[in-house]
Amino acid sequence: MDDAEIIPIGTRGRPGRGTGQRPSAAARSLAGKSGKPAPKPAPKSGPQPGPTSGPQSAEPSEPIASPQPVEPVEQEQVEPAAPYGPATTHERSPLGGIPAGDWVAAFDTAAREVFGEEWEPQLARLLAFLRRRVSGDYVVDEYGFDAELTQRFFLAVLRPIAEKWFRVEVFGAENIPATGGALVVSNHSGTVPVDGLMTMVSIHDHTGRALRPLGADLVFKLPFVSSLARKAGATLACAEDAERMLRGGELVGVWPEGFKGIGKPYSDRYKLQRFGRGGFVSAALRTGVPIVPLSVVGAEEIYPLVGNIPSLARALGLPYLPITPFFPLLGPLGLIPLPSKWLLEFGEPIRTDEFEPGAADDPMLVFNVTDQVRETIQQTLYALLMKRSSVFA
Amino acid sequence: MGAAGRVVLVTGVSRDLGRKFARAAAEHPRVARVIGVDVVPPRGDVGGMSFVRADIRNPVIAKVIAKEDVDTVVHMSVISTPGSTGGRNMMKELNVIGTMQLLAACQKAPSVQNLVVKSTTTVYGASNRDPAMFTEDMEPRRAPRSGYAKDVAEIEGYVRGFARRRPDVNVTLLRCANVIGPSVVSPLASYLRMPAIPTVLGFDPRLQVLHERDLLGVLGHAVSAGRPGTYNIAGDGVLTLSQIVRRLQRPTVPLPGFALGGLGGALRSARIADFSPEMRSLLTYGRGVDTTRMKDELGFTPRYTTAEALDDFAANVVPTGGRTDRLLARLEERLAERTALPEAPRG
Repeated sequence: MDDAEIIPIGTRGRPGRGTGQRPSAAARSLAGKSGKPAPKPAPKSGPQPGPTSGPQSAEPSEPIASPQPVEPVEQEQVEPAAPYGPATTHERSPLGGIPAGDWVAAFDTAAREVFGEEWEPQLARLLAFLRRRVSGDYVVDEYGFDAELTQRFFLAVLRPIAEKWFRVEVFGAENIPATGGALVVSNHSGTVPVDGLMTMVSIHDHTGRALRPLGADLVFKLPFVSSLARKAGATLACAEDAERMLRGGELVGVWPEGFKGIGKPYSDRYKLQRFGRGGFVSAALRTGVPIVPLSVVGAEEIYPLVGNIPSLARALGLPYLPITPFFPLLGPLGLIPLPSKWLLEFGEPIRTDEFEPGAADDPMLVFNVTDQVRETIQQTLYALLMKRSSVFA
Repeated sequence: MGAAGRVVLVTGVSRDLGRKFARAAAEHPRVARVIGVDVVPPRGDVGGMSFVRADIRNPVIAKVIAKEDVDTVVHMSVISTPGSTGGRNMMKELNVIGTMQLLAACQKAPSVQNLVVKSTTTVYGASNRDPAMFTEDMEPRRAPRSGYAKDVAEIEGYVRGFARRRPDVNVTLLRCANVIGPSVVSPLASYLRMPAIPTVLGFDPRLQVLHERDLLGVLGHAVSAGRPGTYNIAGDGVLTLSQIVRRLQRPTVPLPGFALGGLGGALRSARIADFSPEMRSLLTYGRGVDTTRMKDELGFTPRYTTAEALDDFAANVVPTGGRTDRLLARLEERLAERTALPEAPRG
């Protein structure tokens, strides 16, 4: 050991950042806990091909700690190898794992790289979030809605699609009540219910409220789709759930055209289908919440449905099996939606609290309100189509 | 219900929950006697209960009720799995015929004034067409065609018939969610005790549970309060299965739905767990029940929420997983130590 000429980069086996004088704060806390310094440097400064990676991984932190000249690699190689020898590396089997201390040190460096100097509080928040998720310590409501996951993950994934791919433009967002129950009624199109997802993102970003979609029973039968749908706030489109949610003051979204609307051929685009049996109007009447009509232009063009294979669809238990100009032809590539320009317009809310108490049981009144909503959406669709200069503009 | 106190007859005392309830009821100051009835003697401490070895499937039970002057009958011997009793036929015999005989005996006994039947939320079934929360007025979306769910549906039918024929009797039907607790042996509890939990691939059911103490509490409350009606009984809140296994720190084995059935057969023969068809549909679609009526009309509030009941259960289950959580916890600890230190050494 030639002490005079060596300014060590390594730590001589002690945990530390490489001054060789006094270990860093992180290193001290490491040393306090684990209490077995010997095995730790061993995998890093392993005898043979190891060293090249060992010192390199130590270097990035070096300038931060103290701007020392970087020593030639050979010295580094000799120095820590001498006192401990290669023996420890042999004891540890390759599958024995990396000690937790090393993980922490590596994580430490990485965190600084990723989060910058203010990384500690940021990382603490991220860790707290991850731990909450991993230990199951989060809340879902009675419908299975996981607000945290939806906001932090689902909407974050959908947002760029809405903003960059479809360039969604929203009009009349002020028509959505800021509080209390309300029923958003929308036209349905696009072969795959992308319009529902885009509506969820747009409503959340414009009003901060979570849209609770009502889905067909098929949604809750399909694996993966069903668990995602419940976590994102959906529930089954049935009178019980709709009324329960509206009474609970939620903003509920409904697509009364159902499969008739979403699976209609491209030639029928922007022609509203029958609005179910008016169940959504009864639910709104019973709970006295306003109906907000929503017209979506753009969703029709994402997967232009030009054909259908009814026999195969029946065999698979699906309402339709779409053929688009690209879908079976280009394989998975055909699943990419066309980047049409989307316009969303929320109309004036239709009040339902002025009717008499028994109004929901008056079929004629229910049909009238249904037609009123349908007509509003249809007229707005025409107006929006006039506004849009071309499909992809 | 005179000054002498009440005489309570409890069926199904050979099982743990029945025995515990009978024991607790015997200690109640307003209860004079508790008579436990079962075909097998109970194991463990029976306290002040007097045990009568009788089969509720034959008319002997009528004699017991008449002789002891029973005024309150608590029917707890509806079993959810064949278990040790034998096959499915035996189970159906015990559940349905037993209930019929018991109700027939009660109808003939003028002394009977209260009937409490422990039913289950399984009666609502579980399917993709279910509303999120079942209220007591809702029917299952598909009528059960076999198994436990059908037994329970039939039993409830007989109980309603009895309530019509004896309007003077307070009939309380308690539809309890799956009961769990540190010592409970039930299909859900043994499922959650498995070292690795098989789940249905792509589904994350919502579940509600009831703590065993709350089950005993609500039975006692129903006996003393005398509020006739049908009530859903469950802890507040719902948890998804993925949340439950994370809280229990157990690894999961996601299997496609059909494979779970095959596995269920193997596990049943190995006596580890039982995947009845009802259990499978519960683990696929989940179920929630609305407990507003329990709180407002029955006047009972469970002490444990679903999450708290599960935490109590988890405290007695040795975790077999949870590595990620431990790693994150260690990281968090380090981070806390680090931020606690002065900033200078980082310089």
